[in-house]
Amino acid sequence: MPLKIAIASGKGGTGKTTIAVNLYYFIHELWSKNIQLIDCDVEEPDDAIFFPGAVKETEKNVLQLIPAIDNDKCTFCRQCVEYCEFNAIVIIPPVKFAEVDGSLCHSCGACLVACQYNAITEEPASIGKISWYLTGSGNGLMEGRLKIGSTMQTMVIRKLKKELANGNEIIIFDAPPGTSCPVVNTVADADYIILVTEPTPFGLYDLKLTVEMLKTMDKPHGVIVNKAGLGNKEIYQYLRKENIELLGEIPYNKEYAVKYAAGELLNNIPEEYKDYYSEIIGKLKHKLS
Amino acid sequence: MDEITILSGKGGTGKTTLAAALTSIAENAVFCDSDVDAADLHLILQPEIKEEYTYDGGWVVSVNKEKCTGCGICLDYCRFDAVQYNENGEIEINPFQCEGCRLCERVCPVQAITSIRNRNNHWYVSDTRFGPLVHAKMGPGEENSGKLVTQVRKKAAEIALNMNARFIITDGPPGIGCPVIASLTGTGKVLLVTESTMSGLHDAQRLVDLVHMFNIKVYAVINKYDINCEVTRVIEKYLHENNIPVAGKIPFHADIVKAMINKKTIVEYKPESEVTGIIRDVWGKIKHN
Repeated sequence: MPLKIAIASGKGGTGKTTIAVNLYYFIHELWSKNIQLIDCDVEEPDDAIFFPGAVKETEKNVLQLIPAIDNDKCTFCRQCVEYCEFNAIVIIPPVKFAEVDGSLCHSCGACLVACQYNAITEEPASIGKISWYLTGSGNGLMEGRLKIGSTMQTMVIRKLKKELANGNEIIIFDAPPGTSCPVVNTVADADYIILVTEPTPFGLYDLKLTVEMLKTMDKPHGVIVNKAGLGNKEIYQYLRKENIELLGEIPYNKEYAVKYAAGELLNNIPEEYKDYYSEIIGKLKHKLS
Repeated sequence: MDEITILSGKGGTGKTTLAAALTSIAENAVFCDSDVDAADLHLILQPEIKEEYTYDGGWVVSVNKEKCTGCGICLDYCRFDAVQYNENGEIEINPFQCEGCRLCERVCPVQAITSIRNRNNHWYVSDTRFGPLVHAKMGPGEENSGKLVTQVRKKAAEIALNMNARFIITDGPPGIGCPVIASLTGTGKVLLVTESTMSGLHDAQRLVDLVHMFNIKVYAVINKYDINCEVTRVIEKYLHENNIPVAGKIPFHADIVKAMINKKTIVEYKPESEVTGIIRDVWGKIKHN
């Protein structure tokens, strides 16, 4: 079984993607060549931006099964409406109207069980794409990309996780921001979660929410403080008080921010960054292998 | 009455900082935080809670071990891999995989499965020094965030109607998935906050494509525009080609973080600063159009 490490944060923009991409690069250098990066932020997948030379190896549609109601067979009994927990079915008996709202449907199959007249069948609809990029080192990047307008981000994440390459020794999940179901699904099967935060009041508050979530899931975790030096010290007091491991600190660096802005994270990485990451990887290795 | 919704696609571009600044400029306005899974606006506005409500979250499903015969019918029907046998051979529901469709409960031949609503979501109506605020705290890992967004926005609209307010300013969530779609439906205009990074641009483009599906007018603010001025030019070109007016360009400034640490908006913390002046202009441009 590969070792699965998820990179998460409650607050957006703390540096999840920067750290996921760098960890992919440095783990490949220092720990294992059999590594794959999985971009689970399917609403806004950005990891590919930082591999400008990457080649798309495969691309697949992600399909969701949406029920369709056959008006000739339907008796408008509304049993399917009763079964549907997502209010995705509208049946108006007097006018013999029966329709499924695909944007609300979770494809659970309950309506098919409900219907005793075989009036419901399922048809596939696209909700996004899964792409595999070869990045020149390791097993590359798998990206999930939600179709614009779809609300099925969690389903895309689940299908993405079923497409992982065989033979990986280490897998890195780059999670979406927040603390709701897409994040839960990203970290659910991870062995360890790295929380990326920044030393500001927003960073701290959202970190606390995420720690609360991971505690209810009973998931081991540690913290990287990114943009260190930018805000205040409260975050360190919190980590000490809660006994949460500080895996490392990455100082705010204006020049590196300029390169990040242009998508050039992995070009001419400053010497001190190599040190930060090798220290973090040393700790992970000790802890997880 | 006009609702202005602040969105970004990418997290951490400065939505809440800008929303907070606008609360101290806009007169006769109601405020709403629709980023329900990592709400931060209250950290600046320090609300005094007047009304507290519980919101029904997803279903929590449990199996009665006395009744369960272990037949596994529920496991066959579950499409989310949430039903499993534990090491003692008993049927168990994994709450993090469960979508709450209740099909297992319906197909169980001995009625061994029951569901109760998670009562872990709360939302509030509060007073702040600038006007009323409607906000929420979602339970960790919850899945009904879209519906909770709709609830807080509905209340904000009701309050605005009662007090004859001119504006609702809504601080939105990152991404383009269900909570964003729930934040967009029926709003008057979108204020897009982007930053001068390729990720900021990529994510803004996906958001703009989504907003245009709803035929809603978009105004843009380029935050931290001086991090990489070349990238800012690329963003300006994109915005121009898509008829999105740039309402302002805000430089990166340490005062913005200091204001946050002091629980103040930048307008309160540095009323005469360049950044405050730019934000006042932004408000002037969007409030009349």
